[in-house]
Amino acid sequence: MQNEEVVPIEEITPVYDTAKRRIVAIFELVQAWQYRDLILQLVRRDVTSRYKRSVLGVAWTMLNPLGTMLILTIVFSKLFGRIEGYAAYILSGLVIWNFFSQASSTGINNLVRGGPMFTRIYVPRTAFAISSVGTGIVNLLLTLVILFGVMLVIGVPITWVSLLVFIPIILTSLFALGMSLLISSAGIFFEDVVQMYQILMTAWMYFTPIIYDIEILPEFVQRLEQFNPMYHLIKLFRHTTYLGEMFSWADLGWCALFSFGTLIVGWLVFSQVSEQLGYRT
Amino acid sequence: MNNPVIQAEDVFVRYHVPQENVRSFKEYLVRIMQRGKLHHDEFLALKGINLTVNQGEFFGIIGANGAGKSTFLKLLAKVMYPTEGRIWVKGQIAPLLAMGAGFHPDLTGRENIFLNGTLLGYKKEELQKRFENIVDFAGIRNFIDSPIRTYSSGMSMRLAFSVATDKKPDILLVDEVMSVGDFSFQEKSLARIHGYQDTGTTTVMVSHSMSRVRENCDRAAWLDKGEIKFLGAADQAVDLYLEHSKIQESVS
Repeated sequence: MQNEEVVPIEEITPVYDTAKRRIVAIFELVQAWQYRDLILQLVRRDVTSRYKRSVLGVAWTMLNPLGTMLILTIVFSKLFGRIEGYAAYILSGLVIWNFFSQASSTGINNLVRGGPMFTRIYVPRTAFAISSVGTGIVNLLLTLVILFGVMLVIGVPITWVSLLVFIPIILTSLFALGMSLLISSAGIFFEDVVQMYQILMTAWMYFTPIIYDIEILPEFVQRLEQFNPMYHLIKLFRHTTYLGEMFSWADLGWCALFSFGTLIVGWLVFSQVSEQLGYRT
Repeated sequence: MNNPVIQAEDVFVRYHVPQENVRSFKEYLVRIMQRGKLHHDEFLALKGINLTVNQGEFFGIIGANGAGKSTFLKLLAKVMYPTEGRIWVKGQIAPLLAMGAGFHPDLTGRENIFLNGTLLGYKKEELQKRFENIVDFAGIRNFIDSPIRTYSSGMSMRLAFSVATDKKPDILLVDEVMSVGDFSFQEKSLARIHGYQDTGTTTVMVSHSMSRVRENCDRAAWLDKGEIKFLGAADQAVDLYLEHSKIQESVS
């Protein structure tokens, strides 16, 4: 052990003081940034523990949406067959929906069942939600390969617009993060909220034009869809993949509004609530 | 030299304990509709704690179960805020609490060092520099690339201790974990803590082992039902607490 000098008290930082009032949402943001290495390690943990020792892990992530796509295509192609490149239509919707659903669900699970860590040592809790989205992005990139593969095979043209695919991915990530923070805020107090969210997700998925086209919906439901953030996000994602056509500023605006709005509200609420977490015994 | 590094001023912690255990939202809605309001019992875990710990001290906290020891440690660990009063802490805190909580059984020792280290707030770069030292101190070099699930419990505790204490902290929070690993490792870890002590680290230890408090602590606080019964020399605190417990026992 090297002999270290006694540090003069004046040089010891930081001073933690509960009397200093701080804005919790901003404090949480600063801390999440401070702990960015933790976020990367958590993503690494989730990715390696899934893929490391099994080729099957990678294959499963890629084959799962492919299998669902195949079944849905076979079952529904008579019904919705008029949609051109129907398999790619379904797959593009599924890929981004699965990303949203998995990222938000694991985020909620991490935050609500955080284990002994949360009540014993200090960690910015949002780090665990952010890392879930990070892991989701890694998985999404794998399925994206499948999506473009299918498009090639069935002859759906891939255009330069696909270079912009990162835009809907980022916006969906922000939305997923916001949702997991919002639901977790309630889930901390009531355990059943987490199960309710799973049920809500199923209903939400059928309400969202993933396997069908919005045109088949009755007029008033179509108008309702305007309030469904996932409808807009999937539309934006399809523009950059399946359609390969530039999206409009309005499309982008709606997505940005929903994503940032949900994230900001979720962040504000969660950082207030998470102060109470230590009080849970 | 009396340089306060930890100070608690009139600290209260009040838990809200719901009278009925309403854990689900459905139940909550039903209760609200029946009675309009949920009733809570208040439980004061800490009632007006005042204490100062100086730089370089080995400070013990003793008391019966439910006296508020762990709650106080949580306040220092920044997991919790006082309901009333003020706490301030100077310096970087290393908690020896929930050690190895972030370990993932399927990841290797190497990967877990980085995971656990970043969980404690260290940067990856810093951990890379400390890596060799951490492995050597834990004495698990041959197993560093095997998954943690193949480790004995002693090995993983040694690794956890090694990660948490590799960097000299300003303040060390200890909760009954000196029982890490076998005898020689216990000696080694205590030696490390005392080495830090000599160069200005302050240690706060919660313990039920009176001999350990006597051996290690300079001063101690005896907590009883959220209040400080005695604050002063560790030996005296232990004597008073033991005497009190004996009376309690003979009464009941």
